[in-house]
Amino acid sequence: MDATSRKTTQKLVKLAEDVVAQASAGRNPAVEVPTRSLANVRFNEKKRIIELGGDKQKRLFFNVAQAKKFMQTFLVGAACRELIAEGKTTSIRDLYYLTKHTLGKTKQNTFEEQEESDPIIEDLEVTVDALREELHLFASNKGNLVGEITLVDSGDTIDARRMGSGGWGVPSIVEADVIQFKRHEAKFVLLVEKDAVFRRLNEDRFWKKHHCILIHGGGQPPRGVRRLVHRLHDELSLPVYVLVDNDPWGFYIYSVVKQGSINLAYESMRMAVPRARFLGLSSFDKERFGLPDNVTIQMTEDDERRGKQMLAYPWFEQKPWRREIERMLKSGVKLEIEALSSMGISFITDEYLPKKLREGDWLE
Amino acid sequence: MSTPHMIAPRTPRGREQAAPADRQLDLLPLPSKEEEAAAAPPSAPPAAAEPALAPAMAVPDGSAAAPPKRRATAEQMAQKQREISISEFFTKNRHLLGFDNPSKALLTAVKEAVDNSLDACEEAGILPEVRVEIGELPGGRYRVAVEDNGPGIVKAQIPKVFGKLLYGSKFHRLKQSRGQQGIGISAAVMYGQLTTGKAAVVVSKTGRGRPAHHFEIQLDTRKNAPVVLRDEEIPLEKDHGTRVEIELVADWLHGQRSLTRYLEQTALANPHAAFTYLRPGAEAIVFPRASSEPPKEAVEIKPHPHGVELGALMLMLSESKARGLGAFLCQEFSRVSSRLADEICDRAQLPRTRRPSSLDRAQAEALHRAIGETRIMAPPLSCLSPIGDELVRKGLINFLSVTEADAPDPEAGGGAEEPGRGRGGAEAAEERAPDEPPDPEVARIKGQTFFIATVTRPPRVYRGNPFQVEVGLAHGGNWPADRPIELYRFANRVPLLFQRSACGMTDAIVKTDWRNYLLSQPKGALPVGPMVLLVHIASVWVPFTSESKEAVAHYPEIIKEIQLAAQECGRKLAAHIRRRQHADYEAKRRSIFELYIRELAHSLHGLTGRPEDRIEKKLLALAKGFTGGEEDGRPERVENEEGEEPPARAPSPPEDEAE
Ligand SMILES: Nc1ncnc2c1ncn2[C@@H]1O[C@H](COP(=O)(O)OP(=O)(O)OP(=O)(O)O)[C@@H](O)[C@H]1O
Ligand SMILES: [Mg+2]
Repeated sequence: MDATSRKTTQKLVKLAEDVVAQASAGRNPAVEVPTRSLANVRFNEKKRIIELGGDKQKRLFFNVAQAKKFMQTFLVGAACRELIAEGKTTSIRDLYYLTKHTLGKTKQNTFEEQEESDPIIEDLEVTVDALREELHLFASNKGNLVGEITLVDSGDTIDARRMGSGGWGVPSIVEADVIQFKRHEAKFVLLVEKDAVFRRLNEDRFWKKHHCILIHGGGQPPRGVRRLVHRLHDELSLPVYVLVDNDPWGFYIYSVVKQGSINLAYESMRMAVPRARFLGLSSFDKERFGLPDNVTIQMTEDDERRGKQMLAYPWFEQKPWRREIERMLKSGVKLEIEALSSMGISFITDEYLPKKLREGDWLE
Repeated sequence: MSTPHMIAPRTPRGREQAAPADRQLDLLPLPSKEEEAAAAPPSAPPAAAEPALAPAMAVPDGSAAAPPKRRATAEQMAQKQREISISEFFTKNRHLLGFDNPSKALLTAVKEAVDNSLDACEEAGILPEVRVEIGELPGGRYRVAVEDNGPGIVKAQIPKVFGKLLYGSKFHRLKQSRGQQGIGISAAVMYGQLTTGKAAVVVSKTGRGRPAHHFEIQLDTRKNAPVVLRDEEIPLEKDHGTRVEIELVADWLHGQRSLTRYLEQTALANPHAAFTYLRPGAEAIVFPRASSEPPKEAVEIKPHPHGVELGALMLMLSESKARGLGAFLCQEFSRVSSRLADEICDRAQLPRTRRPSSLDRAQAEALHRAIGETRIMAPPLSCLSPIGDELVRKGLINFLSVTEADAPDPEAGGGAEEPGRGRGGAEAAEERAPDEPPDPEVARIKGQTFFIATVTRPPRVYRGNPFQVEVGLAHGGNWPADRPIELYRFANRVPLLFQRSACGMTDAIVKTDWRNYLLSQPKGALPVGPMVLLVHIASVWVPFTSESKEAVAHYPEIIKEIQLAAQECGRKLAAHIRRRQHADYEAKRRSIFELYIRELAHSLHGLTGRPEDRIEKKLLALAKGFTGGEEDGRPERVENEEGEEPPARAPSPPEDEAE
């Protein structure tokens, strides 16, 4: 067992020992879980990332509202300890099935659905201060990469220039012990929101012409993709460009890549790319590129609410961002990246992106 | 569902069946304002007053130019004008007596006879034993027979009792009884005769050693007089009692449900009576006596001065044999002392020696006004005989037991699925039972738990008539919790089965805010919940809205009393529901914690390697201390099992570290 695993195991055992000790002393067993909520995240102006604050919540066992979560926390803890001991890694979905079972003779289960177990895992991560990977867990794989780089994945050399139409699947765990960068000619990283756009650009060999690494995260990029982008930026000093839909959700994805999410604020340090550049789609692109009217989509009430919320985010405080969001809200419509196809199937590859990059038409 | 047929039909099919009677009845009471207006526009002369002068029908609309032709002279009409006998009137207006359709006729006939039997027994101080038989005859005919062990009827009276409308012993007195008009049983006889042509058969015996009389009686509707077809003495084994048999056309299929309901509810409100019910095509039902204590005897009283109307007063004055006004007031009314009589006479400016029959209309009016202005003690309340808290309770328990045992209602739609839910509830109650303080108001009946509360209000007076309200409720069992409650209305111990929405009793319950008592209640409707609510009004004169005695009029005094009683019952119910919720919550909480403790102990064992059962024991001991949902207070006393290792002083190292 390696040092990290030993250390993680110790942390888990300590948490359990504390509970046994409290129970033996006749106290209501409690664990302190750092609060993962908007109220307890701070935007670090200097680092320009979202950080977790110092607030902690006492989770008591003998408390009707907290008992179940308390029990679940240790259920997950025990399962992780076992995984570590056996040297196995599993997905959080697997862990859900691993720990789900019926309680006594009731119709209740330890977990009713994965939505219930995922936050418990996150709770455990922050409580014992261990990364998900250190608990031998990973989220589902989602996201692919192609481009001018050769890397090693679990000992296998991957030439990302020769990955066919689908690209190399980015694993959930991309730490240096699993993934090493070998050689690259890339000048930047282009992270696109959608698989479809990724396929278009890959088919057109955009990355070859413009010497870049092309990645998509299938919507909100998973931790593996974000961590990898962070490493590419950090270790290879590559600028990161983000291409998302022109709607509040797209902007949100960009903001998560840039300064981290509220939910995983405790990992912002190793995930966020504060200098990520927003390449598009801009609220002004429709006019600039003369897109037809019929490609827009009406905003829903949800979109509007979200958009208004964003105006309050400190990282969208600067004037250009306000203009972007206000413009979107005012027009009442949104625009998908695919809308660019109305100008020609490879318009995005041949005209849109080159023009944007050439003219430095992005936001930071 | 526990008591399928006592509950108002709920399945679509059931509703169809019950509807005809209800619907037609609801149209009965006086035409609404709109109807009246439609029938006679204000400008038009009353149609009936001058039919000959108002031939509007003959003239096409708008062509009023042609002078109307006279069709009948006053003289011609005079030939047609003659007295209408009461029987003729009711033959045409049979709905007024509850004989509007064949499905209801059955119930009404039984009800009139049974009510009479119960009245007679009560008056004679006999514990009633009533037998109801329905026999099927060919051609949609049925024979209704009701037999009692009452005091019997003397030979000379039998023909008039059964063969003359408006003949009875109860109209002219003020005493709480089921019958009050003297119409009931003769109307049933008349209906039978109208539909089948058959005479009623009556057998009555008034005491041991006396002969039983067997009569066959018809009713001459023109004259409203009895016609005796047969009169003979027959041997009869029982000492006393009356049996009446009436053949009538009826709709058994649709009528049986309300008949059963009537008998169930009658048994409920008369726990001192025993009933046997024989019916076609189904097993007999026996309602045993729930109490062998006969009801308190209701004493006859004189009318209270404040209850008398001017017309009635004038009639009394003209018929009085008293020599002076003072004596008249003292003799004819209750609560009038001679001093008070003087006060009234003075106020009316009439000498107390004045002969009552000599008063003219204006003087009578002055007297009436003077009575109204004088403070008079409330009427004596001995005339009332409420069921009483204890017996309402016994009645409810008996009712729940009997109706349950009865054959399940094939139409109780959701019935099949409900027992599961209900049984679950009953089990939970069982589990709780050991550490729950015994609740005297909770009864376990047929494996189900019911909460029973009763309230008897003190007597009150409306328009000079004493009355008293009782309310009882049974809550729980496996009755559906998402349907309106069952409201059972009673007047002088007689169930009121029809015209629910026209009844002041319903109104009082609907206008009570049951949400205060933890039941849900849609606006303007009965509350929703697994509950039967019984409302009883006992009075010397129940103000019914019509002769069929199906709905009680909306007197504010009565409505207020019902509401006060309902509220009192409701408070008891709310306390019970709260207790139960708390107990449920505690039990659930405890069992959930036990499950979590097992899980937690297992996980902690996996993490620390400490023995699982020890951890579990510790946590279980702790669980006992943490009651009432407090957040992180220490339990008052921690029981550390004897001989247990001291609390984790030297934690055993995790296995991994030993590597
Ligand atoms: N089973 C019976 N035993 C003894 N007396 C009876 C019996 N049935 C009827 N009577 C007598 O016959 C009278 C007439 O009965 P009937 O039902 O016609 O009128 P009622 O009961 O006085 O009033 P209502 O019209 O309200 O029923 C009663 O008042 C009672 O004195
Ligand atoms: Mg009667």
